[in-house]
Amino acid sequence: MHMDRRTFLQLTALAGGGLALDLYRSPLAVAQGPGTPPDLTPQAFIHISPDGVVTIMARASESGQGMRNMLPMLIAEELDVDWKDVRVEQADLNEKIYGRQFSGGSGNTPLAWDPLRRVGAAGRQLLIAAAAQMWGVPATDCTTQPCLVVHTVTRRSASYGELAAKAAMLPAPALSSVKLKDPKDYRIIGHSQPGVDTHAIVTGKPLFGIDVQLPGMLYAAIEKAPVFAGKVKTANIEQIKALSGVRHVLVIDGGITPAAYTPWEPGMEPGIAIVADTWWQAQQARKQLKVDWDPGPAATQSSEGFAAKAADLLKAPPANTLRKYGDVDAALKSSAKVVEATYEFPFIAHVTLEPQGATAHWKDGKMEMWSTSTLPADGRTLVAKTLGIQENDITTHMVRSGGSFGRRLQNDYLVEAGWIAKQIDVPVKLLWSREDDIAHDPFRPGGTVGLKGGIDAQGKLSAWRHHFVTFGDGKHATSGGGIGQDSYPAGFPPAYGLYTSMQPLMLRTGALRAPGDNAYCWVSQSFLDELAAAAGRDPLEFQLELLGNKQQPWSSGEHDPVGDHEPSGQEVLIPERFKGVLELVADKSGWANRPKEKGRGMGIAAWFCHRGYFAEVADVSVDAQNKITVHQVWAAGDVGSQIINPAAAESMAQGGIMEGMGHLAQQITLSDGKVDQSNFHNHPLMRMRQVPKIEVYWRKTDYSPTGLGEPTLPPTLPAVTNAVFAATGKRIRTLPLSKSGFGWA
Amino acid sequence: MPIKLTVNHAALTADVPPDTPLLWVLRDVLDLKGTKYGCGMGVCGACTVLVGGQAVRSCMTHVGSVEGEPITTIEGLSPDGLHPVQVAWEALDVPQCGYCQAGQIMSAAALLAHTPHPTDADIDTAMSGNVCRCGTYTRIRQAIHEAAEAGAPARTK
Repeated sequence: MHMDRRTFLQLTALAGGGLALDLYRSPLAVAQGPGTPPDLTPQAFIHISPDGVVTIMARASESGQGMRNMLPMLIAEELDVDWKDVRVEQADLNEKIYGRQFSGGSGNTPLAWDPLRRVGAAGRQLLIAAAAQMWGVPATDCTTQPCLVVHTVTRRSASYGELAAKAAMLPAPALSSVKLKDPKDYRIIGHSQPGVDTHAIVTGKPLFGIDVQLPGMLYAAIEKAPVFAGKVKTANIEQIKALSGVRHVLVIDGGITPAAYTPWEPGMEPGIAIVADTWWQAQQARKQLKVDWDPGPAATQSSEGFAAKAADLLKAPPANTLRKYGDVDAALKSSAKVVEATYEFPFIAHVTLEPQGATAHWKDGKMEMWSTSTLPADGRTLVAKTLGIQENDITTHMVRSGGSFGRRLQNDYLVEAGWIAKQIDVPVKLLWSREDDIAHDPFRPGGTVGLKGGIDAQGKLSAWRHHFVTFGDGKHATSGGGIGQDSYPAGFPPAYGLYTSMQPLMLRTGALRAPGDNAYCWVSQSFLDELAAAAGRDPLEFQLELLGNKQQPWSSGEHDPVGDHEPSGQEVLIPERFKGVLELVADKSGWANRPKEKGRGMGIAAWFCHRGYFAEVADVSVDAQNKITVHQVWAAGDVGSQIINPAAAESMAQGGIMEGMGHLAQQITLSDGKVDQSNFHNHPLMRMRQVPKIEVYWRKTDYSPTGLGEPTLPPTLPAVTNAVFAATGKRIRTLPLSKSGFGWA
Repeated sequence: MPIKLTVNHAALTADVPPDTPLLWVLRDVLDLKGTKYGCGMGVCGACTVLVGGQAVRSCMTHVGSVEGEPITTIEGLSPDGLHPVQVAWEALDVPQCGYCQAGQIMSAAALLAHTPHPTDADIDTAMSGNVCRCGTYTRIRQAIHEAAEAGAPARTK
């Protein structure tokens, strides 16, 4: 992929002006400019050429969530153009111009819904002002049709292409002052717009991080210790340097000291980088490496050790109280029935289908990077800090990636590429192998949960005690291993206690799609199903009753514990919305009249996370060998008033459900500090033959639209395992399925 | 001794050891980046290409073993991106991240060349070697059925 964005921009500038003036200033000039503009400016996002082609900058990274459609659609709608006239260009990293360039936490929809529509509306207002000036008429007498300003009195009209150069010279209005469309007038939002890259994808065009190609580029692979942060003692470097195609062999000392708590971006892992004429040569050379590693303290870790320690911690009084109201222990004692259970979920890896990698070029004291990061500004900061260079000297191009699922919020591969580039002064593309990608993933951390639930004489939930044994140094839970104090069902049982204990973990962990929630939903919704069964109640009716309890005050403004990176907000669970999706999915799945037969059953579950509500029902059968077939999944979601791109939204929901099913069978285990899994044969993904029929329904509510990447996923796991219980009477309390004696058919 | 290859009807040569995987010759020697690396052991299907009309995993295929045979990659599946499978994929907007889709499309094209009207069971068998991490399987299945309706075999080279 030859990066010709700057060429493109210069050419359009010469071709007659337009709205994109800010873009022609170098990033450095912008960074040193008069400071952060008070508003996003339409000039930064919109360029209209004289022939009427509308180019809209996509500010966020794209890794399959549809951001290159969704964000420009918001602008295009209010700009009042036809989507067929829109070309989407990927913005480089420049948050001073574009605002936050971030794809994570299902955050782009809530972050952009208001401001980017206003950017579009401000652009429209500038075009109207340009026409009004040209005609010498009041702007209030002018309106727009797609790509056209019309003077309502005389019916004169001028195309956006004619007006663009003049509009670009006018001062942009304050975004807060612009008028937005009535949603009933939407022609782009709410109408399915196919992916802007779909044609390029189906014809095999170079689009992805792995496809970046620069003149004179070399390829790099890195051999790292099989144990986290293990260091190189000695290696046959000279021998490797002599191999065919090998240009450089570089020892990375790294900067990580293993400790009980590993920060979100701990720095570079040690290793040996091999730079060669082709990546295959670098990989072949790796096979000849003979390294004497100092594995360091992380070699003492094993999954067996973690399990033993978790069992001890579960027996002991909890170390931390996160949330407590009512006297939960007294309430349990006085309950008519008490159910006790221990749930366990494993570490799992992200396994984006495109393994991690990046391309970098260090030249004349400047770094140019091609990054698939979904948090590229953090990546730039990490590179600057690690390499001892200025952030202003780094240019970051954002390249489409083959999946993120939270993986690319971290920038470890980017800093490695930058480090190698700085040693060799020629462009270099780093690519991890699949085995590297699994062994050095920032895993979704595992956990163990001890639960006690009470049922009163009327069969109602009376108490819920939740002891979560996670990883960390006692104060800080490892990334992705913290639990929000309002995590459901907090607030609803009459007496409640949420406690944590931690054991040390010398390993990178991170945010996997619906971080935390992808495991806690399974635990809580499974245990709720257990309690309903123990009470002899229908699980739907039992949960609706619980949601009807007087809700305890929400105790924190933040719901999702994703390092420091979760956009804050008032993410408070609204029972009416939670109940609403449960009732809708029950209706669509025929829950009330579900057949009861041996070996086949339906399970129900719901969750609230990342501002979205989803309920799902799974219909499964289980054969005599405990092999599970999921026949159908019904999903009902509430993400507010507007589904912005309906076909993409449905696809995203289907994908979240498939990923949720995938999580049920995956695990990462450690032996002597080494990851036991290596590729898709032992860290499996769902395959075509295992795919159920999926139906997705939306419950539109009056709330502002929120994101879809994450909330579709969590309910899938308990919906399936609750269905297994309905089919077999066997409760799955340990994941992966294989550890409970189950598997996929 | 350079290896002679026929890729997308073009005669090309690659001066690489014969045990180099076809995938890396396509991508990094011949600059055909549409074929993707996912696992390197033939278990994900991202690298699927057609050799003599059969779907093969190019990451596990030594380039020396396909010398002279007709190789088709996603770039050469049709001259204009209008193979019925591509048309159906685009009409249904199948991709999310898109990384697996070249491999999916090549497997689907091979399936339809041999089985013009596949059943769901045929699709399960032919497509279960291709993983989609985003989980777009529902649309992949639908797109294969649509491509079958449109008459894929006539267009498959």
